Amino acid sequence: MAQVKVADQRAVVEIKTTQVMQAGFAALLGLALFIGVAFSHPAAIHNAAHDSRHGVAAPCH
Amino acid sequence: MEFFKSILLSALLSGIVAGFALTGLQTLKVYPLIFAAEVFENAGQSEAGHAHDQVDKEAAADHHADDEWAPADGAERLLYSLLANVLLGVALGLVLAAIFALRGVVDWRQGVIWGLAGFVAVHLAPAFGLPPELPGMPAGDLLARQTWWFATALLTAGGMALIFLGTAMIWRLVGTAMIVLPHIYGAPHPATMESGVPATLAADFATASLATNLVFWAILGILAAIAMARLSRGDTAAEFV
Repeated sequence: MAQVKVADQRAVVEIKTTQVMQAGFAALLGLALFIGVAFSHPAAIHNAAHDSRHGVAAPCH
Repeated sequence: MEFFKSILLSALLSGIVAGFALTGLQTLKVYPLIFAAEVFENAGQSEAGHAHDQVDKEAAADHHADDEWAPADGAERLLYSLLANVLLGVALGLVLAAIFALRGVVDWRQGVIWGLAGFVAVHLAPAFGLPPELPGMPAGDLLARQTWWFATALLTAGGMALIFLGTAMIWRLVGTAMIVLPHIYGAPHPATMESGVPATLAADFATASLATNLVFWAILGILAAIAMARLSRGDTAAEFV
């Protein structure tokens, strides 16, 4: 019985670790996308996102 | 990968809807104010252009990239703003949904509180040092402002997390210090306060920008939580959509 419990706990910890990694990956993906749209310098991206950048109060120009 | 898929779906749904809503709201006041400011910005540029031709032309090319592609005024410009807002919605939705998934946030009331925290971190705290700016307003070095802005948003988000999610008093103090720190350090300010854009336009724009972003975050938080609730109940993507 005790053996099973230990195995269960290990399984829970493993699931938790992969979940944290997946959530972390999703959050990093979000941050990268945010930087790309709101902060990246190439003129074409700046011009396309111009009004949106001003609208969300990101530094522009 | 079910876990990641639920984050992605939640972020896509909430981000797309919030991005459309933000664009709709921005057409009411934010875009008209930007267009009005651009009239003053362009007038100021051509005046200055006569005075010291070379320098200002270079500055204009640098800041406004006149020779580069830009969406045509009107529908095309609005469409690109919509695209950018939807992408920003999905980007911030990914961060929010990742937190929701880990913390089991499935109640829309909780979602709206998280959304408001996002507004404080991403918009209100940076705006305290760098108010939402209109085209043509004087501003400090772009990279320095972007760095300060991003660092302030991250520090405020981290600080709030320590204050509200931690249990020990010491972490609350550390969190408070993290929130205050960027404002003591100070935001990069322009060398001159002179602006061709009327102050009334700028004041109007600052409140309009903040108010629309508040609504955007509330929608994002509510929808991301509702989506999480549906997805964690085991509804498949097909049923959900």
